[in-house]
Amino acid sequence: MRIYLDHNATTPLHPDVVDAMARCLAETWGNPSSTHAEGAAARDAVEAARGQVAALVGAAPDEVRFTAGASEANNTILAGVTRHLVTTTAEHPSLLAPAEVLEKRGVRVTRVPVDADGHVGACALAEALCPETDLVSILWANNETGVVQDLAALRAAAGDVPLHVDATQALGKIPIESGWDFLSASAHKLNGPKGTGCLVARRPVSALVHGGGQERGGRGGTENVAGIVGFGLACALARRDLRERAARSAALRDRLWAGLAALGARRNGAADAVLPNTVNAEFPGVEGDALVQALDLEGVAVSLGAACHAGSVTPSHVLAAMGRTPDQARGSIRWSVGLGNDEAQVDAALERVAMLLERIR
Amino acid sequence: MRAIVAMSGGVDSSLAAALAVDRGWEAVGVLIHLSEGASRCCSIEDARAVARDLGMRFYVVNRSEAFRREVMEAFADSYLAGETPIPCVACNRRFKFDPLLERARLFGAERIATGHYARVETDSTTGLRRLRRGRDRDKDQSYFLFRLTQEQLARAWFPLGDITKDEVRREARRRGLATADKPDSQEICFVPGGDYAGVVEALRPAATRPGAFVDADGTQLGRHPGVHRFTVGQRRGLGLSAAEPLYVTGIDAASGRVRVGPADELAAPGLRLRDCAWIAGTPPSAPLRAEVQVRHRHAGAKASVEVLGQGGARVVFDEPVRAVAPGQAAVIYDGDAVVGGGTIAEALA
Repeated sequence: MRIYLDHNATTPLHPDVVDAMARCLAETWGNPSSTHAEGAAARDAVEAARGQVAALVGAAPDEVRFTAGASEANNTILAGVTRHLVTTTAEHPSLLAPAEVLEKRGVRVTRVPVDADGHVGACALAEALCPETDLVSILWANNETGVVQDLAALRAAAGDVPLHVDATQALGKIPIESGWDFLSASAHKLNGPKGTGCLVARRPVSALVHGGGQERGGRGGTENVAGIVGFGLACALARRDLRERAARSAALRDRLWAGLAALGARRNGAADAVLPNTVNAEFPGVEGDALVQALDLEGVAVSLGAACHAGSVTPSHVLAAMGRTPDQARGSIRWSVGLGNDEAQVDAALERVAMLLERIR
Repeated sequence: MRAIVAMSGGVDSSLAAALAVDRGWEAVGVLIHLSEGASRCCSIEDARAVARDLGMRFYVVNRSEAFRREVMEAFADSYLAGETPIPCVACNRRFKFDPLLERARLFGAERIATGHYARVETDSTTGLRRLRRGRDRDKDQSYFLFRLTQEQLARAWFPLGDITKDEVRREARRRGLATADKPDSQEICFVPGGDYAGVVEALRPAATRPGAFVDADGTQLGRHPGVHRFTVGQRRGLGLSAAEPLYVTGIDAASGRVRVGPADELAAPGLRLRDCAWIAGTPPSAPLRAEVQVRHRHAGAKASVEVLGQGGARVVFDEPVRAVAPGQAAVIYDGDAVVGGGTIAEALA
C-alpha cells in the first residue's frame, strides 16, 4: 500500500471530480462557442464552473479566465510587463523563467530577497518600487516550504502598483484573502485535473494565446470543458470543506513533523505562517535524494523541494534564497499531506524513515 | 531479494539489468550522472527506457559537481604535472562503487550488479573475495577495479564476466533491449574524440605553458606548446625530424622539458608505485612474483613486487618494459586474479 505524501507536487483527483469529468466527457462534448443545444450545454458547464472558481477566490465570475494551468497564467500576466517587474528570489520557475525572458527584452526585473524564514519583507518590497514599476508578482504560498506571505502587508507596500499573486498552493488549503489584482491558480493542486488553471484578473490583461475569441478574447482555443468542469467542482468542494480540510491536514502535518523532529530533522522555513499541509525538513548529513529514492522503494512518496527540480543538479533556489547552504538544501525533503492521508499512514511513513536512518547511521 | 543495477545507458549494463531481473531479484536501476559529455547526451533516457521495459524502478544519482572537481580537474592537473592520468580507476571506486554501496545500504540491496567484464569469487578458505579478469580478455576491465574494497566486492555481481562482448550483443538483440546496437564507448567519457590536450586546456586555461624538447644529454632539440600534450612512449605529433624515430621518454613538468629519444631509451627495468590498494584489504606480507600490467592495453610483464611503506611498492620486471608512464595505474596479477595495484610514481632508471 503506497503512502502518498507529496500533495504539493500534485493531488489525487477527488472521486466526485472524476465522476463529473467522466460524465462531461461522455455527455457534454459540444463546443461552447457553438450556437446549438450541444454547444450551449457545454457553455453552461463552463460558466457554472467559472462561478464555482470565482466563489472560492472571492471574485466576480467574469474576472475568471481559464487557462491550461498556473504556468500559462503566470506567463500571460508577465507578458504584459514592459518596463519594470518587482518579484522575489523565492518564486516558482513558471515566474522565474518568463521574468528572465523579460530581462532579455530589456525589461528591468528586481528580485526582493526573502529572510531565513522565507518571508518577503514589506519594506524591502516598497523600496524596490519605482515610478516605472508595472507589476509586483509574488508567490503567495511557497510550493517547496509552504511559507505563506503576509498578503495584507505586501498589498500595503505595493501601493497603487498592480499586485499579482500566484495562489496555486494556497487555493483549497487556506482562505483566499482579497488585496490582489491578479491571481494565478491550477486545478491539480486541489484534487482537480492537470492541464486546467486560471488567471483571475481585476484589471485588463492582454491574451497570450490568440485564437477564436474564447474567454472574452482573453485566451484563444476551444475550452477544455471537462477539465474546467473538474476544476469548478474541485473549487466548490474545497470551498465547502476548507475549514475541515485545513484542520485535518494541520493535525496530520503536526504529527508528521513531531515524528520527524524526534528522528533529528531540522525544519526549513517559518513554523507559523505556513500552509497547514506542508513541512520542509532536512536530516543533517543525509542526502535528500537518496532518502527520497529509498522511501519510494519502501512505498512512501515524497520529494526534494519542487517536483520540477527532481533529478536536476541545482539545489533548491528557494532554500538558497533563505540562506541555506547547498548541502542543507540537498538534504531537504518536502512532505505535504492531503486527501486520502490518515494517522496510520503518517505513523507508517515515520516508521520507514526511522528504519532507513537506522540503515545508514 | 533487492539488487541495485548500475546502469549507464549502454548495452553492457542493460544486459546486466536483464540478467538481474531473470534471477527473480527486485532489480532497481541506478544511473550515476557524472558529466555532460557530448557523446552521452541520451544515456539517461536510454537507461530509463531499458529499466521501463524490464519493469524496474530507476533513479538518477547526480555526482557531476564532485566528478568535475575530483576526476576531471585532477585529470588536467595530472597532465600538467607531466603525468598520464587514468581517471577511470578513481572514478570506478569513488564515483561508481562508493555511491552504489551507499545506495545499496540505504535501499537494503544485497547485490550491486554492473556490466563490468570481470569476475568475483569467494576464497573458500579465507572467505575473502577475489577479483579475476573477465573471460573476454579483450574487454577485461579488472584493471580498472583494483581499488574496490572487500565490502564492495562482496555485494558486486558481474554477470558479464563469463561471456564475451559478442555474446552480450547477441543476447541483448535476442531480448530486444533498446540499447542492443548502441556503439561501445571506447574513450574516457569526458574526452570526446580523444582530444586530451583540448580538455586540459579547457579545464585549466591559464595553466599551460610552452617548453623545450631535449635529448638524453639535455641538448635542446626544439620547442613544444606544453607538457600536457605528451605522454611517455608517444611518437606522433612531436614535430621533430631525426634520423631514427623519436619517442617521448620522460617529462619534467617543473622545467617544462620533454625528453625524447630512440626506442631503446623507452625501456624501464621497473617502477615505483604510490597509493597502492590491495584486494585482500592488506598488503602482501612478503615480496611476490606476479604479472604487472602497466596500462589498460598491456599484456602484462613478469615481475617481482616488493611492498614499501606508506602505500608504496617497487616492481622490478624480469625484462625491461617499454613506455612506463607516471600517472597510469600498474595492476598486479597472480594468474588472472588481481592482487592489487597503485599509481605509477616513476619508472626506475
